[in-house]
Amino acid sequence: MYKRLSNILIPVIAVILGLIAGAIVMLVSGYSPVDGYIALWEGIFSDTYFMGETIRQVTPYILAGLAVAFAFRTGLFNIGVEGQFLMGWLASVWIGTLFTELPRIIHLPLAVLAAAVAGALWAFIPGLLKAKYRVHEVITTIMMNYISLHVVNYIISNVLTDRSDKTETIAASATLRSEFFAALTDNSRLHWGFAIAIAGAIIMWFLLEKTTKGYELKAVGFNQHASEYAGISVNKNIVYAMLISGAFAGLAGAMEGLGTFGYIGVKGAHTGVGFDGIAVALLGANTAIGVVLAALLFGGLKYGSLNMPLETGIPTEIIDVVIALIIFFVASSYIIRVVISKFSKKKGVE
Amino acid sequence: MSFVDILAILVPSTLVYAAPLILTALGGVFSERSGVVNIGLEGIMIVGAFTSVVFNLTFSDALGAWTPWVSLVVAMVVAGLFSLLHALASITFRADQTVSGVAINMLALGASLFLVKLIYGAGQTDKIAQPFYKEDIPILSDIPILGDILFSDVYYTSILAILVSILVWYVIYKTPFGLRLRSVGEHPMAADTMGINVNRMRYIGVFLSGLLGGLGGAIYATTIALDFNHATIAGQGFMALAAMIFGKWHPIGAMGAALFFGFAQCLSIVSSMLPFFSEIPNVYLLILPYVLTILALTGFIGRADAPKASGQPYIKGKR
Repeated sequence: MYKRLSNILIPVIAVILGLIAGAIVMLVSGYSPVDGYIALWEGIFSDTYFMGETIRQVTPYILAGLAVAFAFRTGLFNIGVEGQFLMGWLASVWIGTLFTELPRIIHLPLAVLAAAVAGALWAFIPGLLKAKYRVHEVITTIMMNYISLHVVNYIISNVLTDRSDKTETIAASATLRSEFFAALTDNSRLHWGFAIAIAGAIIMWFLLEKTTKGYELKAVGFNQHASEYAGISVNKNIVYAMLISGAFAGLAGAMEGLGTFGYIGVKGAHTGVGFDGIAVALLGANTAIGVVLAALLFGGLKYGSLNMPLETGIPTEIIDVVIALIIFFVASSYIIRVVISKFSKKKGVE
Repeated sequence: MSFVDILAILVPSTLVYAAPLILTALGGVFSERSGVVNIGLEGIMIVGAFTSVVFNLTFSDALGAWTPWVSLVVAMVVAGLFSLLHALASITFRADQTVSGVAINMLALGASLFLVKLIYGAGQTDKIAQPFYKEDIPILSDIPILGDILFSDVYYTSILAILVSILVWYVIYKTPFGLRLRSVGEHPMAADTMGINVNRMRYIGVFLSGLLGGLGGAIYATTIALDFNHATIAGQGFMALAAMIFGKWHPIGAMGAALFFGFAQCLSIVSSMLPFFSEIPNVYLLILPYVLTILALTGFIGRADAPKASGQPYIKGKR
């Protein structure tokens, strides 16, 4: 009971501390934090267009968060979500532009699947290296992020196009966008992807909590030696875990490729979605439902922050600072736990 | 184009790109040798670059030609203090060091861009007024051939980076301080038993990584970038991390790896001027450092193993 309570309390306390710290930064910089947070709130809820765009922003965060969380649950730290995400984005656009005559019922699932496979394959390499050579996945996935950035840029301008800095737009039969959502939310870019993201969360929950395979994956995460002794193949499960995690990351890329943008352009630097996925997973305590809630929060903060410079002149980066501090506080949960336990002990004495 | 001419182009520009990597990688060596994984090197470089550019723009009138040198010192101090956040989280608060590093990176980028917008009202700063210039080093540049290749038309900062790596090697391998630093990274409990304050050594290790990473970022900003925006430091910190691993957590190894990565980076930029290299598509040169690092870790190029206790907080009395 106590542990469960503190599992919920710590993220909540971290978010509150992060927002307070953000308010202090705004105050010190000569802005009004009240006006700032009101502008943030209005940037999310004041308009159906904003609400549609917020959910659109949340969608890749859910999938990126699931990717990180799934790996975490199996004892792996997948920092490479960013690279797998780019690979998924590229693959979805590739398939989306390759065919023009396919019916939507075949083309769209094919493009989505391509993204998942591309992400999974990109994650397969660090998984294999970890299983076979015991190479730490943190370093290999970071390196894979940069390799993917350059490879994706190269493919965009040398394979998919002739020296252009962005691809053509995908065929209408591969898009996740829908007229219905556009009409409902004042022409926002809201698309069907959020259904995929929610389905992803349910799949992750079911796989980890209700299946034997999920039990094995988690067991390997808890204790490799015990798992080995119980007859579970540690190496196989490490590779499986990376494949599944990478597939989630690839799907997050499909959200951008088939939903939000419909194309992929040459990138000067990483998009940050993969790194935000780490924040989402961490705040969501690596559970499926937690990830969805944390993605809603961070996606909302990120999109709502766009309204802050317009209304109050506060740079949007204030929200990046807030998010970074929230992760910092969650990561430092040891100290929060110490404070909570002291607090509850005092209560017990009285 | 003679061979010496090619070298006279390649060597100085390799040194230009390698200098920030060398210094930051050396910072990483200090931190990781003390047992603290430092993914936050990227963020520390960002803080160093940001500080040096802002200082340069603000004080160039008052300090004149001394501005870039003073800006390096200021950037080191600010980045050093910033790195203490990582130390606080990962040593005292026992946070997951990788996660804390990720947070440090996000915080550095967010906070520095926030301040740039606050101070200059735009997404990027102006070009700095007092950058470093390439110079011929007196006496040494008169040496035939070698002087042309190594000491003509170079930045003093490149020479500084090489000298610092020798100094770091001396400190880590030849002084009592270095021995203690390494011991808390390998076996903190044994070190503790011998009366070494494990956490204090680790704080010092992380702080030194902040100083050197900040210096690296500042040198990048005042020799190559010349202004500050969201993409000024885009991956150099991670490349320095790669250099540290490729160099097997050894100062001279890290310097060698950083030189090699700097070479790959400068090739991808100057290759069009050179015969043979202009044939290679850029993408291979761009991904080369990262691919090599993975191969190094896999053991194809001699196995690289991290200090034993890196990544784990030290809790007294815990077995």
